[in-house]
Amino acid sequence: MADITAPAYREFPIIPVLKPGSMEGKGPFVASDKINEAVGFPGHLVDDWHDKAIAKMGELLSKYRSFKVFMDACVHCGACTDKCHYFIGTQDPKNMPVARQDLMRSVYRRYFTLPGKLFPKLVGARDLTREVLDEWFNYYHQCSECRRCSVFCPYGIDTAEITMAAREILDSIGYGQKYSNEIIGKVHKIGNNLGLPGPALLDTLEGLEEDVKDAIGIDVRFPIDVKGAEVLLITPSADFFAEPHIDSLIGYAKVFHASGTSWTLSSMASEAGNFGMFIGNYEQLRKIALRIREAALELGVKRIVVGECGHAWRVAYSFWNTLSGVGDGAGEVDRFAQMLQKQLDHRYKQPTHICEFTWDLIERNALTFDKSLNDKHIITFHDSCNVARGSRMGDLPGGQFEIPRNIIKAVANNFVEMAPNTTREQTFCCGGGGGVLTDDLLELRVKGALPRMEVLKQSVDEHGVNFMATICAICKAQFTKVLPIYGFDRKMVGGVHQLVSNAIQLGQK
Amino acid sequence: MSSIEVGGKSYETDEEGYLVNLAEWDMEVANYIAQTENISMTEQHWEVVNFLREYFEEYQIAPAVRVLTKAIGKKLGAEKGTSEYLYGLFPYGPGKQACKIAGLPKPTGCI
Repeated sequence: MADITAPAYREFPIIPVLKPGSMEGKGPFVASDKINEAVGFPGHLVDDWHDKAIAKMGELLSKYRSFKVFMDACVHCGACTDKCHYFIGTQDPKNMPVARQDLMRSVYRRYFTLPGKLFPKLVGARDLTREVLDEWFNYYHQCSECRRCSVFCPYGIDTAEITMAAREILDSIGYGQKYSNEIIGKVHKIGNNLGLPGPALLDTLEGLEEDVKDAIGIDVRFPIDVKGAEVLLITPSADFFAEPHIDSLIGYAKVFHASGTSWTLSSMASEAGNFGMFIGNYEQLRKIALRIREAALELGVKRIVVGECGHAWRVAYSFWNTLSGVGDGAGEVDRFAQMLQKQLDHRYKQPTHICEFTWDLIERNALTFDKSLNDKHIITFHDSCNVARGSRMGDLPGGQFEIPRNIIKAVANNFVEMAPNTTREQTFCCGGGGGVLTDDLLELRVKGALPRMEVLKQSVDEHGVNFMATICAICKAQFTKVLPIYGFDRKMVGGVHQLVSNAIQLGQK
Repeated sequence: MSSIEVGGKSYETDEEGYLVNLAEWDMEVANYIAQTENISMTEQHWEVVNFLREYFEEYQIAPAVRVLTKAIGKKLGAEKGTSEYLYGLFPYGPGKQACKIAGLPKPTGCI
């Protein structure tokens, strides 16, 4: 690990020189039989993988219209080529979004189009060989499903969906990734990605109550499994475990305390993250989401609030309604979804992002801050891809960009933006999203962070930025790891509610 | 599955060199793993490793970084109860590197 170094900053962010084959390899660790079988996938590569893979591809093409359109629509215009952080950082041409799509498209043409069946060589169609399959495994785990390329595609082709389809096909033939599948197994077995059992969670929360009491002399509670609470907080398990994540959890608790909101965590649904999306598997996505419904019904809560987690918010905002009945749109015959619909209080957004919750209180002048307590920070904001390009917040378009920034400006005096072509809907991925936040992909993660590190460096040099706030557990963990490799302090990254926590005044209103 | 040989004994490990069987752990293998991580074990390192093992035995998971820093602070004095102190001992991150030496499974997730 120690030999991984950061690539040099580019003098001008131009299209890099190509280094074909620079990221060739075996890809991340392959999931073991035990890991795969625990989530219901074949343990290892099945004998008839070729036919099964093509059949699965056919199934996905008929199920997801978008996937078929994306296979057909590309005209190779090249608009996407230099928009991917992994291409910029690795210079491997197969990490150009169009090339990543073509790994799949070439196989699609061979088996699902007439010209490809008749004249494969003329139309760039190729057989699904073992080499192609291995190439899929390698390069579809060099995509963080961040969807930045799709913003620039004139046809709106979403490479993330193609990556998800590839991973879904790979899982269906027993060729899954260790990191994601192991984590999904832990959610089913223990209730969260980390595998944090109930007693450990309780111990951690009790410790936090002590810490906050020691720090500010006020009893701020971190309740868990409280029936009849108004709010159920669903937050990534990293918030209980890792730095700087835990500081945002303290921030949420202080906001609930200051507003007199009765709230609870759930030991059954102690995870916001949903890696079912990363592997493109609807059944896993739904199964993981249903734990939240079960907890909400059992605890009788009126509102569901989601903590700082990027992809969880995409799943919650965009899919929870039909998956689980949180939000409008549950199936009429889905009894428990209907039950939850009746239980939740529809005067509020269901689900609500913690930033929406806090901003609403700030707008109503219900919270008091001493902004000077954040004066040591010159703050910038890193938009997380799934929040930026896969969801929304508040009542206005772009709320997912404005609300976190508004909160920062309400709790701190020094805020500056990074370069505009790298923020909001054009934000660069941290380099660790979409199921690649694992040590076996550290080289990819370091290289993929390059575009964000370049603009951060610019903000540091020009404005003295020393804190980059973000609202995603993966971004926080990824930056904590890669910042030092780029010569920055790992503590430069933190949550928006960490800043809230620093400045909020309890017992004032 | 891979394995490592220390003092004539074989220990099963995963791809990244984490012990598969918690019960097989002993000081020899801990020293060996530490070496492969470029760490020479001192009394301070053992304090952390032993605490991790005790905590794991009770809770079946490694402690959160904050729980760890607090426990070390209580035991060894407040100035040592910081993540800087722990990163000083285990530069690749106290969570993962110290767990590996302590023979505990690697904590994974969004961390």
